[in-house]
Amino acid sequence: MASLDRVKVLVLGDSGVGKSSLVHLLCQNQVLGNPSWTVGCSVDVRVQDYKEGTPEEKTFYIELWDVGGSVGSASSVKSTRAVFYNSVNGIILVHDLTNKKSSQNLYRWSLEALNKDSSPTGVIVSNGDYDREQFAENPVPLLLIGTKFDQIPENKRSEVLTRTAFLSEDFNAEEINLVSRLFLLYELSMTGFTDRKRFNFKSLHYD
Amino acid sequence: MVCTSLSSTYLPLYSKQVLFFGFGWLFFMRQLFKDYEVRHYVVQVVFSVTFAFSCTMFELIIFEILGALSSSSRYFHWKLNLYVILLVLIFVVPFYIGYFVVSNIRLLQRQRLLFACMVWFTFMYFFWKLGDPFPILSPISNIVLWKEWILSIEQLISRVGVIGVTLMALLSGFGAVNCPYTYMSYFLRNVTDSDILALERRLLQTMDMIVSKKKRIAMTRRQMYQRGEDQNKQTGFWGMIKSVTSTQTGSENLSLVQQEVDALEELSRQLFLETVDLQATKERIEYSKTFQGKYFNFLGYFFSIYCVWKIFMVKFWSQHISFILVGIIIVTSIRGLLITLTKFFYAISSSKSSNVIVLVLAQIMGMYFVSSVLLMRMSMPLEYRSIVTEVLGELQFNFYHRWFDVIFLVSALSSILFLYLAHKQAPEKHMAL
Repeated sequence: MASLDRVKVLVLGDSGVGKSSLVHLLCQNQVLGNPSWTVGCSVDVRVQDYKEGTPEEKTFYIELWDVGGSVGSASSVKSTRAVFYNSVNGIILVHDLTNKKSSQNLYRWSLEALNKDSSPTGVIVSNGDYDREQFAENPVPLLLIGTKFDQIPENKRSEVLTRTAFLSEDFNAEEINLVSRLFLLYELSMTGFTDRKRFNFKSLHYD
Repeated sequence: MVCTSLSSTYLPLYSKQVLFFGFGWLFFMRQLFKDYEVRHYVVQVVFSVTFAFSCTMFELIIFEILGALSSSSRYFHWKLNLYVILLVLIFVVPFYIGYFVVSNIRLLQRQRLLFACMVWFTFMYFFWKLGDPFPILSPISNIVLWKEWILSIEQLISRVGVIGVTLMALLSGFGAVNCPYTYMSYFLRNVTDSDILALERRLLQTMDMIVSKKKRIAMTRRQMYQRGEDQNKQTGFWGMIKSVTSTQTGSENLSLVQQEVDALEELSRQLFLETVDLQATKERIEYSKTFQGKYFNFLGYFFSIYCVWKIFMVKFWSQHISFILVGIIIVTSIRGLLITLTKFFYAISSSKSSNVIVLVLAQIMGMYFVSSVLLMRMSMPLEYRSIVTEVLGELQFNFYHRWFDVIFLVSALSSILFLYLAHKQAPEKHMAL
């Protein structure tokens, strides 16, 4: 077990978008029955077979660190949260498709997490303004997930899809639609990130 | 004659109301709802209307003192304003609170309006019953019609007043104790960077332990699942016995480890909150060293002396100084209330409940302002009290003042006790590190 490599992934997003439910679904293959407000950080682990069935098959532990709170929190909360952002291999940004503000806040979330990245090729950020160039050179892969798609009325769905298309463009993403009852997934690929971090979601079970 | 004087006052007064409304709207968008999406404009409108009419009441008091406008028009505007704000506080806001709370509950979503009305009727029942135990009104002598009596302004205001005054006394009692506590350096514990680093290290260690235990659980479950597949193929008597015994010990182990994980997760939450607390204290210490911090420090000393004085209820010897204090009280209480509301809102809101919270805040704000007017009467010079007495009718003002003082005292003393206990506990917790 100790020989399995460690992969640490942050799950960030506003309160109530469904991070805890997502992490529970990914790790326990079950829908979370009674979600409650996350205090601090809750971790869960998923055992993932990378390149299953091929001779290069390797089993990884993916640690999903679900950090609670909002971007408008007090600075004491933010500096405490920064403790969790060390040596991160990937970031999952979760936003609520029924709430535009949660999508806009994702920029601030990603800046907060990447500012604290302790890797030597860390991102240099200028006074918190979002700049697309920074994300192009970012070594940490990002995955963008939109939740509660089924709660959007039929007539508004195309509008939401256009908006998320712009959003994933800003994060320099490749669009792949994996439509399930609960999630609409986009996978982002950064220039130069290794295959090791590409997740295979087709093995998910959900009802 | 009345009509012409009314029309001449129409424009300036209502333009100011529009201004207040705009301010309330802006505050709502910029401060409270900066990070959230407002889906229902109704909530925004209701909040801004409550704010606008509350501010107008204060403005009318100032007009009263300055002698602006004629007394009959002032009287008319007072009555109008009071009716509107009572309408909002008793009918509109509680109904919408009930409506949004019911909307959040999935079971009742079909018959939302019906349940909202039911909630509102329950509220009205308890609201009415509130008047019974308190000696609010002097004995009724001139009742002409029973209907007139019930809907008269005194009945409604008296009840709103009781709730609002209780709220005000609780808040000011706590504030009077908390303000010096927060700003005075004496109370600040010595927090060094190494304390915070040590706590953070402990937190990360706990997280690592949680992760390793969860990895064990995940791997064990996976092996059990894989073995389970193999076991399904095993036939025969021994095969069945083997499958039962091996899964038994496997799941027993798992539940033990799961319990350990739950305990560790609880510990990690506590450590997180403690670290946040230490960080906040460190920032407060740094702030108190700055110029602004020192200024507030001084204010804290001054204000705490005033609060202690107030707690022991010394009578004012000059009526006119109290007028200046009325002005200061108005400004600081509005500002203090808005700041407290914002902090409270950030602490507890989420995208699901934000509508309900804003409406509750609007309700509290409205009741707070109405009772401010009631209580302010005490601080106003004698000649200006007449309008408030005239408009609000036969209310027993002395009752409210006594009630405020009692609740203020109770709240202040219990806050002192609470803060003392909290302060005592804190150094002990850190000695255990």
